[in-house]
Amino acid sequence: MAAIYSLYIINKSGGLIYYKDYGSAGRMDTNDTLRVASLWHSMHAISQQLSPMSGCSGIELLQADTFDLHCFQSLTGTKFFAVCEPGTQQIESLLKYIYELYTDYVLKNPFYEIEMPIRCELFDINLTQSVQKDRVALLGQ
Amino acid sequence: MQFFGGSEISPSPPAPTASGNNGHMLYVFNRNGICLLYREWNRPLHTLNAQQDHKLMFGLLFSLKSLTAKMDPTSAEKGNLGVPQLPGQGCSFHSFRTNTYKLSFMETPSGIKIILVTHPRTGDLRESLKYIYNLYVEYVVKNPLYTPGSPIRSELFNTTLDQYVRGIA
Repeated sequence: MAAIYSLYIINKSGGLIYYKDYGSAGRMDTNDTLRVASLWHSMHAISQQLSPMSGCSGIELLQADTFDLHCFQSLTGTKFFAVCEPGTQQIESLLKYIYELYTDYVLKNPFYEIEMPIRCELFDINLTQSVQKDRVALLGQ
Repeated sequence: MQFFGGSEISPSPPAPTASGNNGHMLYVFNRNGICLLYREWNRPLHTLNAQQDHKLMFGLLFSLKSLTAKMDPTSAEKGNLGVPQLPGQGCSFHSFRTNTYKLSFMETPSGIKIILVTHPRTGDLRESLKYIYNLYVEYVVKNPLYTPGSPIRSELFNTTLDQYVRGIA
């Protein structure tokens, strides 16, 4: 039983820079994940246009029949979104923590080219650790 | 999720609370994308003109349904992105929330899409949307002078709808 099914990180232009699947039947190949990420980027932008009030910053939570999608957008426009089981709690704080990991292990890496796909081992290790920790905590309840 | 059957013709609506005035807008589309009804109660910001707004809304919903069908983590057999899905086929979303509004969506087997835009802290409105669909059936579909696929012009429907939405939390 996974708390998170998958995690995506997209840059400010909508390109996918990181994708991790944590064991779902709906694993997609690379091309499909790229398409899905760009589609999400556009939907996020359109949702701001349809707002009845000013100051809309885009979709934060999408609830579907079999999953929930939580999205966190940083101030620079980088979006972190996670597909998880319906009703999972605390994903917002997990996404913010992943953003911290991103700033520490990716942005501060001098060999990392901004907006390019993430290939930082320490980021992967710490990310897996934090997601596993989350999963254990949820199973323990 | 039952549309037909059940002991009552219309399900009883969720108990109204005292808050009121949380409904911003309501859209009803048919399966071809024609906007059958657009009601507006509280909309300070108009970004686009009415036609473009309806088209954008329909387009957003179509794409989101396509996205959720593709991203469904519980099924392995999926079509490609952008392939039109039949109503009820594939995983569909029922609501999304932003910091300024919450959009609740329901699609019937006949392709009628009902969208209600409310305050972001509104709860699950699926039962309310089902009730609104039943209002549509009673006041619009059963009206012999109504042509399916044309915009709805029924004062009685509008009044009942306004009254009901005012009562939703």
